[in-house]
Amino acid sequence: MRFQLIGVNHKSAPIEVRERLAIPEARLPDVCRDLTAYPGIEEGMVISTCNRVEIVTHTVNGHADLRGFLHHHFHLEPDELDPHLYEFREKDAVRHLFRVASSLDSMVVGEAQILGQVKEAYATARAVGAVRGQLDQLFSRAFAVAKRVRSETAVGSSSVSIASVAVELAKKIFGTLQGKNVFIVGAGKMSELAARHLMAHGCASIFVANRTYERAIGLAQKFDGQAIKFEDLYSTCDRADIVITSTGAPHAIFRREHGEQFLARRKNRPMFFIDIAVPRDVSPEMAKLDGIFAYDIDDLQQAVSSHVADRRKEAERAEAIITSEVEKFEARVSTLDVVPTIVSLQDHLETIRQAEIDRVRGRMGQLTPEQEIAIEALTRGIINKVMHTPITTLKSAAKESEATTVVDVVRRLFNLQVKGKGDADAQPVAKKDEVGVRR
Amino acid sequence: MSLLWLRFALACYFIGLVYAFVALTRTSELFSRIALHAASLGMVFHFVSLTELFLSDKVLWASVHNGESLLAFLSMAFFMVIYTIYKTTSPGVVVFPVVFFLTFVAAVDEQPVLLTQFVSHKGWLIAHIILIFTGYAALVLSFGASLLYLLQERRLKSKKPTSLISFLPALEVIDQIGYRSLLLGFPFMTLGLITGSIVAVTTYGHVDFLDPKILLSLLMWAVYMLMVFTRWNSGWRGRRAAFLATFAFVAALAAWAANYFSAIHRFAAS
Repeated sequence: MRFQLIGVNHKSAPIEVRERLAIPEARLPDVCRDLTAYPGIEEGMVISTCNRVEIVTHTVNGHADLRGFLHHHFHLEPDELDPHLYEFREKDAVRHLFRVASSLDSMVVGEAQILGQVKEAYATARAVGAVRGQLDQLFSRAFAVAKRVRSETAVGSSSVSIASVAVELAKKIFGTLQGKNVFIVGAGKMSELAARHLMAHGCASIFVANRTYERAIGLAQKFDGQAIKFEDLYSTCDRADIVITSTGAPHAIFRREHGEQFLARRKNRPMFFIDIAVPRDVSPEMAKLDGIFAYDIDDLQQAVSSHVADRRKEAERAEAIITSEVEKFEARVSTLDVVPTIVSLQDHLETIRQAEIDRVRGRMGQLTPEQEIAIEALTRGIINKVMHTPITTLKSAAKESEATTVVDVVRRLFNLQVKGKGDADAQPVAKKDEVGVRR
Repeated sequence: MSLLWLRFALACYFIGLVYAFVALTRTSELFSRIALHAASLGMVFHFVSLTELFLSDKVLWASVHNGESLLAFLSMAFFMVIYTIYKTTSPGVVVFPVVFFLTFVAAVDEQPVLLTQFVSHKGWLIAHIILIFTGYAALVLSFGASLLYLLQERRLKSKKPTSLISFLPALEVIDQIGYRSLLLGFPFMTLGLITGSIVAVTTYGHVDFLDPKILLSLLMWAVYMLMVFTRWNSGWRGRRAAFLATFAFVAALAAWAANYFSAIHRFAAS
């Protein structure tokens, strides 16, 4: 496992640095090619989003000069760049990549976009041949881990902006927003944004009321809605299921008696008031009515922050999943590392066995089928017994740090060629199952 | 034999019961799926049990236990219909415990019952039983939905969207479930009472309106109608609707309990 990763993200580097490292999509294939041509790098790919630029590689000996590559490629001085860089190797690189793909390293933890971006980067690198066996395995696993995190934790389920919290609350009340009407009282940026979100989720039509009628018309036109004169507010408001109110009025404009009127006219169908005005537009007395759900700016903010807290809790569960997945991946890859040696060892001993049988056969003349079977069984038995311990040792050593030493010793002892390594890399899973004591 | 199938069904429903308790504390997609499958399997066993009973050619239907078994089955059927339409298992929180309790009581032992005087009107009796129990099952669902509505309303009003009861569907969805069950149950309940009267008239020659069973049944029907009316007329929901639903449910329980006092509507051996 000789993975190496270097990069900057929103936490490690200010936007000015990230801007200079950002790679436009069209140039990604070239950068991937340059990367694989760089000394010490076998495979490599680049993830470049607005929040991060990362280079993921599989190196020849585990120590490629990735910083040098960045300096050279982006024409940056080490003191400009290095303080912002983070670099991970082997297990830590795997962990980091799993976290990135699972959106645990994102600015908004749990946002779904990053996985798509990583997948695109992977596809680009793969298309130019910069990603082959090892990175291929790593990324396939990373995508599976991201899927697992998404399905087993609620890390991606909550949304965080006030507008989307408003949408979420509206959905908790109405189920679907299809066919629901929205009333904007007091044209402001914030209410416009909330309305835009609601419309995007299927709301049918929009009414706008504003003290200045012209502004109401202007905003209504944007949404293809209907402007209402402010004095007609109370007589029309019950047509809306969702009311976004943000007037500058010094007192509440929606009071208990209004709420009662609305509900009576609506046959008690619920109404949702999103009150983003300070001071509030909806009186607390009205908010107490059955069927009126009024959220002021503090309530919305509280909902936002409770989502953040929920996410933190879920993120902890996600981290646990990542840790166990990193262990699993490491164990699998390490076992694969010793596979070629085990295969060569088996081949080597099998060749000796065949040669010895042929030699004996020449001396003993024609053998009966029974004798043939007996010799076959005897020699195979001896070889299996002899091989058992070295193979077990190799397999268990694979999980330890001394794997390379043990593999080296075995190769030297038996004078094994490294043939078959390429094959093992190409078809790691299939090979794995074949390894073992032959019977 | 039908009792054996019923006990199998009970075992399946037990998983649903566990789900009902778990769902109150945490949301688990996997567990709700398991509960759903278990409940479906339970319904198959339950159906076999009821079919055997029906084919056994005795009017065993009229025993208390079989009544409970039928009610449990119909409630489950309603739950499944709701799941098919709304893709939510949350009514299970109320339905599963009720179904489990009913099935449990019914599965305890068999009541060898024969209502000999009803045999000549078997068709009407069966119609009466099925109709009235469908009405009851709808009432159970509607009652459950009104409780869930209160729970969800309180949650939204408290403005602290805790994850505790986030398994609940949207307020309007719960409302629709309750209202539709109510609307669907009403004609069944009405027809059930009419067929019941027919059975009574053909058996005794008259309907004794002072009998507690008849009185309470009429009261239940009146509350039921009041619920449908207030809902249709002024859209009552939330707290007021829940109180009314609770009242109707209690009236239904009372009407059921009246079997033990009624002179004419007595399950043999009960």
